[in-house]
Amino acid sequence: MTNPIYLDYQATTPVDKRVLDAMLPYFTDAFGNAASRSHAFGWKAEEAVDLSREQIASLINATAKEVVFTSGSTEAINLAMKGVGDMYGAKGKHMITSLAEHKAVLDTAKHLEKEGFEVTYLKPDATGKVTAEQVAEAIREDTILVSLMWANNEVGTINPIREIGAVCRERGVLFFTDATQAVGKIPVDVEADNIDMLCLSGHKVYGPKGVGCLYVRRRKPRVRLVAQMDGGGHERGMRSGTLNVPGIVGLGAACAVAEQDLEKDIAHANALRERFESKIFAALDYVEINGDENARLPGCSNLSFAYVEGESLIMGFKDLAVSSGSACTSASLEPSHVLQCMGVGDELAHSSIRFGFGRLTTEEDIDFAANQVIEAVKKLRELSPLYEMVQEGIDLSTIAWTGH
Amino acid sequence: MAYSDKVLDHYENPRNVGSLDKNSDTVGTGIVGAPECGDVMKLQIQVEGDTIVDAKFKTFGCGSAIASSSLATEWIKGKKVDEAMAISNTEIVEELSLPPVKIHCSVLAEDAIKAAITDYKQKQGEESEAAAEAQNA
Repeated sequence: MTNPIYLDYQATTPVDKRVLDAMLPYFTDAFGNAASRSHAFGWKAEEAVDLSREQIASLINATAKEVVFTSGSTEAINLAMKGVGDMYGAKGKHMITSLAEHKAVLDTAKHLEKEGFEVTYLKPDATGKVTAEQVAEAIREDTILVSLMWANNEVGTINPIREIGAVCRERGVLFFTDATQAVGKIPVDVEADNIDMLCLSGHKVYGPKGVGCLYVRRRKPRVRLVAQMDGGGHERGMRSGTLNVPGIVGLGAACAVAEQDLEKDIAHANALRERFESKIFAALDYVEINGDENARLPGCSNLSFAYVEGESLIMGFKDLAVSSGSACTSASLEPSHVLQCMGVGDELAHSSIRFGFGRLTTEEDIDFAANQVIEAVKKLRELSPLYEMVQEGIDLSTIAWTGH
Repeated sequence: MAYSDKVLDHYENPRNVGSLDKNSDTVGTGIVGAPECGDVMKLQIQVEGDTIVDAKFKTFGCGSAIASSSLATEWIKGKKVDEAMAISNTEIVEELSLPPVKIHCSVLAEDAIKAAITDYKQKQGEESEAAAEAQNA
């Protein structure tokens, strides 16, 4: 059996060969603990970790000392939000985020609410975007943190981070952005974009799983966090635990490759998406793009195929690996919370599929995938009582459905 | 999610897809479910005497919903109306080995059969009423 074509780059990415090559020595010959100060094994590991910090910092225009390694974005999000809550909770008990955030942010916000914080959940517009004006209106005297994602993992919409950051800076509120989908995919500059904290994850940028980091600004303003993990006081006391040296080396190498190839990767992913969507739209009616067509993550295409249901569609994509909604929630039968908060009707939300194209996707993959999608949608529409009614000119909203 | 071979077979080769003339007196139409719930089934029967001589379906829904309605049409074809009325969703669950999260698909298929039969009976009732009225006049 050959593998299906992988079109789920927002869920995870394969490790780039250049990244793997950089990592391998650190499993065997150079296996030292980066915290061992008394011998060469430790020094070599620490040197590798320092290089990784430089590579990450260079990609996002930070300084190496501002990088705190974690096990991934979820941990970094928990550290940023709870760490700020614990450190600045006496100053204020209000935070701002949005309904379109990843579960890691939403569930952390819920946790903080239980601890007595008040959280404002901004409602994004129909494209999934939150504006700087919305943030400005929501900031109060007691607001201590704004937490908004850079690019949405389901629909790829890119938030106006620079403007939002400027509002937060002006009002003296810390700004944290979950940039898991953005780093390595679009230009990120923590100085120009007014970021105080930012998280990223290795496996979304062609690096390994199980490693990520939190950028924590050291100057203007200096951000202080209460550690959420007690132990040896690693990472300037913010995150204890022996460093995952091979993973960290991989994350650094992945960032270096991403910095070097950024323009090429963007052009490639955008060209593939254009090729895919133009084929789909040429062959099928009643297809809608979810997300902001003017500010969308390269290579991310979330489409609603009206009158066919998503799960049955995925069954029809026998040779494609795609996702309906985010991978974290696709096991449930609930429509995506992101599409819901954008005001996409449940009916269309049930018909939505996320396609993700990346570094290893080829034009042949796209042509094959588009054909399979078109074939499956046509077949299921033959089977769809809704499509039949629409063809007969019946307005579906006038029917008294027997919901269950 | 892993589907049973029977669900896959019905998905790949759905039986009795299509539509019957919904305005015909001998055709009963059942439409159940709702688009916002992710499932809508349309099941139609054609009746001669007290026997279902033809059945057709169209379904918007997951693979299990498509399989449940496809199986339902297969089962009711050739059955007496009363026999079809007695088909229960648990038989569909068993035949297709549906997992717990997909049981609602079988319930919907049972509802669709019943709705189609009810529609047919209503049409017949109205017809005999009309005939009775014509006689009385």
